[in-house]
Amino acid sequence: MTEIAISSTTLPVGSKGRDASGWWGMLALVATEATLFAYLLFSYFYLASHSPPPWPPNGAPSLTLAIPGSLVLIAGSVTMWWGERGIERGRRWQLVAGLLLSLLLGIAFIVLEGIEWAGKPYTLSSSVYSSLYFTITGFHLAHVLVGLLILAVLLLWTGFDYFDENRHSAVSIGVIYWHFVTVVWLAVFFTFYIAPRLG
Amino acid sequence: MTRTETHRAPVIAQATDASPSSDTLRKNWEGPGGWRGWLSTVDHKEIGKRYLLTAFVFLLIGGLEAAVMRAQLATPDGHLLSAEQYAQLFTMHGVTMIFLYALPVLSGFSNYLWPLLLGSRDMAFPRLNAFSYWVFLFAGIFLYASFVMGKAPDDGWFNYVPYASREFNPGPNIDVYALGMVLLGVSTTVGSINFIVTLFRTRAPGMSINRVPILVWGTLTASVGNLFAVPAVSLAFLMLWMDRQLGTHFFDVSAGGQPLLWQHLFWMFGHPWVYAIVLPAMGIVSDGLPTFCRRPLVGYTAVALATVTTMVLGFGVWAHHMFATGLPVMSLSYFSASSMVIVIPSAVAVFAWIATIWTGRPVFTTAFLYFSSFVLLFVIGGVSGFMTASVPVDLELTHTYFVVAHLHYVLIGINVFPVVGGIYYWFPKITGRMMSERLGKWSFWIMFIGFNVGFFPMHILGLAGMPRRVYTYPSGLGWGSWNMVATLGSYLFAIGIAMFLVNVWISLKRGKAAGRNPWGAPSLEWSTSSPPPVYNFAVIPNVASRYPLWEGYMDDDEDTGGSTIHEGLLLDHGRETIGTTMLDAEPAVILKMPGDTYTPLLLALALTLLFVGLLAQAWWAVGAGVLLTLLATITWLWPQRKLSQIER
Repeated sequence: MTEIAISSTTLPVGSKGRDASGWWGMLALVATEATLFAYLLFSYFYLASHSPPPWPPNGAPSLTLAIPGSLVLIAGSVTMWWGERGIERGRRWQLVAGLLLSLLLGIAFIVLEGIEWAGKPYTLSSSVYSSLYFTITGFHLAHVLVGLLILAVLLLWTGFDYFDENRHSAVSIGVIYWHFVTVVWLAVFFTFYIAPRLG
Repeated sequence: MTRTETHRAPVIAQATDASPSSDTLRKNWEGPGGWRGWLSTVDHKEIGKRYLLTAFVFLLIGGLEAAVMRAQLATPDGHLLSAEQYAQLFTMHGVTMIFLYALPVLSGFSNYLWPLLLGSRDMAFPRLNAFSYWVFLFAGIFLYASFVMGKAPDDGWFNYVPYASREFNPGPNIDVYALGMVLLGVSTTVGSINFIVTLFRTRAPGMSINRVPILVWGTLTASVGNLFAVPAVSLAFLMLWMDRQLGTHFFDVSAGGQPLLWQHLFWMFGHPWVYAIVLPAMGIVSDGLPTFCRRPLVGYTAVALATVTTMVLGFGVWAHHMFATGLPVMSLSYFSASSMVIVIPSAVAVFAWIATIWTGRPVFTTAFLYFSSFVLLFVIGGVSGFMTASVPVDLELTHTYFVVAHLHYVLIGINVFPVVGGIYYWFPKITGRMMSERLGKWSFWIMFIGFNVGFFPMHILGLAGMPRRVYTYPSGLGWGSWNMVATLGSYLFAIGIAMFLVNVWISLKRGKAAGRNPWGAPSLEWSTSSPPPVYNFAVIPNVASRYPLWEGYMDDDEDTGGSTIHEGLLLDHGRETIGTTMLDAEPAVILKMPGDTYTPLLLALALTLLFVGLLAQAWWAVGAGVLLTLLATITWLWPQRKLSQIER
């Protein structure tokens, strides 16, 4: 080997924010997951358009729990954004607070959704509509659960003092997923709760 | 404790495999030997070879299934197989060839070649790469699990409801298919993500997006397509399984469900998938032809854009598989027109290949024969596809052997021929040995003649009204003699494949030593040893043109570059490679690469346990599968100091 030179440019080493390959990987995962929801909602609209009225069979579902649920989820995204900003500036307490708040808000969403599920007069196998309702909201709920698990693991790792202003790719990557869960809920919410009211 | 380094000015060195610096690299990149190494490796070359080998095993299985079917159909009133046996064989033939051979074999090429083509030391996600192979293997075994019990999937690979509904098919056949496909979808998806991020992140400095080989364009396009297409089929199969086992009503007419929803979801996936399993193969040809024509590819930009355009259009043509289902006339017109438009990018590529051969000085190697004959077969398959894009013609031809002829010209012509040609081309790189040209040319001509004798008559049978998917047919319809010809031709084709495999076997042991670049080829993989060392490149090359190894031989000014092959970034502080910017490939970050690990295998096993549990409806196994999947994932993602994911 002949050593020619030391490069004139200094490069970052290893995972740092968007330098982490995982950041790109997560974006690709979100793209394919978003497509999955697009196909779910396509199925909803396809079956709705081929069903005799009224659709939904029992009228548009009530907004009483769905609107608070949506707000709770959006708030959970905001708190997480705030927490991520904290660690970018080296404020670990802010990340911990953001993670805790987002976890609580996520759990609140699941409780609200659980109450709504329990109050439905139909089950998964009652009708086409009920199959769609429980499958699609169930898919979303599963994503919320995964998101909560990500937040919990990030909280654990923050507890181990793994992250600071230089190294926090795992946080940045996990947060993308959490925001995705919120955004995709808005699409689900619009489809099930708003679209029937527009006809 | 010291902090991990956050910045470094990397060393630039001159080195080859023989340099002392390469010993450090070898130590960094070599995994444990023996069965431990075998189960834990994340080396893209090992994984690529496994993909190729496994896909070829599935090709042989699918081929044997076809051979039995052709024996049944050789004469009228054949009764070698019962209708049920035939249904299982032709379903598994389709499933095997389309899902377990056609894409995985291309993933094999791309896994093996990408980092070598791109001047990198591994894929962006080496562990994910291992995981995608293991899941592919387990999903393949899963899909065959019920075959041995005589309960294989039996409603065709397209699996239309209501045939596939529980009411009409109560056995485990369809459940195996449904869950197996969801599991396989996981493998395809993570594999695609890996290719996409690898392209965007790990090209050698200077390899701007307009300098990557066409194979890379093909696999990238296929991967992006998969990202958007695979969810449709995974969802369709999951919904079908839920209809069958959990009592939902998505496809259940009596409760207001829609069987056509299945066809929409299936073909929204299915048609882009067709392009996913041909575009990388076309890329193999676009990269192979220039080597043997001794000139750059004509119309590089046009071919790259045609590749992408084909896939984009491919998402808007799915209903041409459904012309006979009673769709509204408006949508028939749209889908017919959009299907015909696909001819344009395809023709762009065809003319580019013809022009490359025409204006080059072809060297008639075996690989060249496969690549150039592919162009002819592509045109034949393309024309028959163009014919069926027309609604009135399709209404005559759908459900006949014409379609069988078309899809075999497409899949064998555009996938198998480039793949076999690709093996002849890259075998010296993979093994360090040349394949026999003499036996190779024999195997080519026998395959080529056998294929055309076997499959061209199916056009005629289709025009004569022979329906597809029939397990036998009565005499007196005039189909017997052409069927006999088709059977004999396809057996000849099989003999050609067998000769190719014999050639592989013999050449592995007795082939001539290949050296670095036996074909005088232009791309980076030929600049390193054959087989390449575990770290691929002693230094990361700098790329200044599309054909870095041809610089100085070409008179085209813009392509004469100034690439440096044996001088570049050394990056030897552990497993490292360079991360570059997305379009211009300027160095942006030093990437720390993971070492060998069992986690991908464990995660794949956990996920498979989950699916076996779902199939058996053993809910404890499902629970255990979920739990183990989560544990394996968390272990995998646990931040490591070695990967510079944590600072202290």
